[in-house]
Amino acid sequence: MAALRSSSRILSSSRAAFRPSAVFSRSMASVSETEQPRIKSFQIYRWNPDTPTEKPRLQTYSIDLNKTGPMILDALIKIKNEQDPSLTFRRSCREGICGSCAMNINGQNTLACLCRIPTESASDVKIYPLPHTYVVKDLVPDLTHFYKQYKSIQPYLQRDTPAEDGKEYRQSKADRKKLDGLYECILCACCSTSCPSYWWNSEEYLGPAILLQSYRWLVDSRDERTAERKAKLENSMSLYRCHTILNCTRACPKGLNPGKAIAEIKKQMSIGA
Amino acid sequence: MRLSGLQKEVLALYRQCLRECRKKPQSTRAHFEKFVRDEFSRNLAIDKRDFAAVEFLLRKGHRQLDVYSSPGIKDIR
Repeated sequence: MAALRSSSRILSSSRAAFRPSAVFSRSMASVSETEQPRIKSFQIYRWNPDTPTEKPRLQTYSIDLNKTGPMILDALIKIKNEQDPSLTFRRSCREGICGSCAMNINGQNTLACLCRIPTESASDVKIYPLPHTYVVKDLVPDLTHFYKQYKSIQPYLQRDTPAEDGKEYRQSKADRKKLDGLYECILCACCSTSCPSYWWNSEEYLGPAILLQSYRWLVDSRDERTAERKAKLENSMSLYRCHTILNCTRACPKGLNPGKAIAEIKKQMSIGA
Repeated sequence: MRLSGLQKEVLALYRQCLRECRKKPQSTRAHFEKFVRDEFSRNLAIDKRDFAAVEFLLRKGHRQLDVYSSPGIKDIR
């Protein structure tokens, strides 16, 4: 790794020699900034399951932003690599498509890989695991129950009649369009864990993420079990614990609107069923 | 002695674990029982008012019980 890094530095310096001041002349201010270290402190929730009697605590790490990537995840990885290898968090794709690095950053549930390190203020960045989840370690939440709920809505195509041409289940463009804004969900659990209603009733209320997925299968023109799916939601807890607080829509790092999907389910249930 | 709800839960888990041991083959049953006792006695020193720790260990215990009670697991060391 060190060898890689040093070689890339040589490359970049030689490139700078070929294009003198192309980069540097653009803004003198940033040059003077890069010379002095920009220290940012991160307060990170720490808890180790091996010592359960020790209380969870916030640990502060300071890093130089000039030597870090722009995102919170870059900072976390830097801290783990250089300061404290015991810091534990989930990460995978670093581009907001896997949903592994969901955590609570400065009071907002989001993906660490899509969240920029706030540079305008000098205040510390506070990082907690997703709220109201059991913690496995440090920033790793236990999402077992969340996945169990996802399984309970049967998130797959169910139909009895075979396709007309025996190959594919075809769908009109208009029908496909209905799935836009639904299929993009990566199940990071940011929305569900930001929902107060889900905090208090997570055992029975499905939560915005799962209901969004539920709606995704309800509107799918190829699915033939719409009635059964609706019947499953027809109780006071699964769906109707949504009180349109809309924290879910604010939290969603992918810019989706679970609140609207839930409203659409409610609408379907009231006029259709 | 009157037990608190949490203490009852711990005892219930302990009994459940020992009961699961009886479903294991005769030859390795002692290993399972020893494992259960060791797991519990390791945390005997935890204060009964340390709810967070006890609740965490209860959850962990239930998870472990789920895994080890599977009939595929025949021995433990």
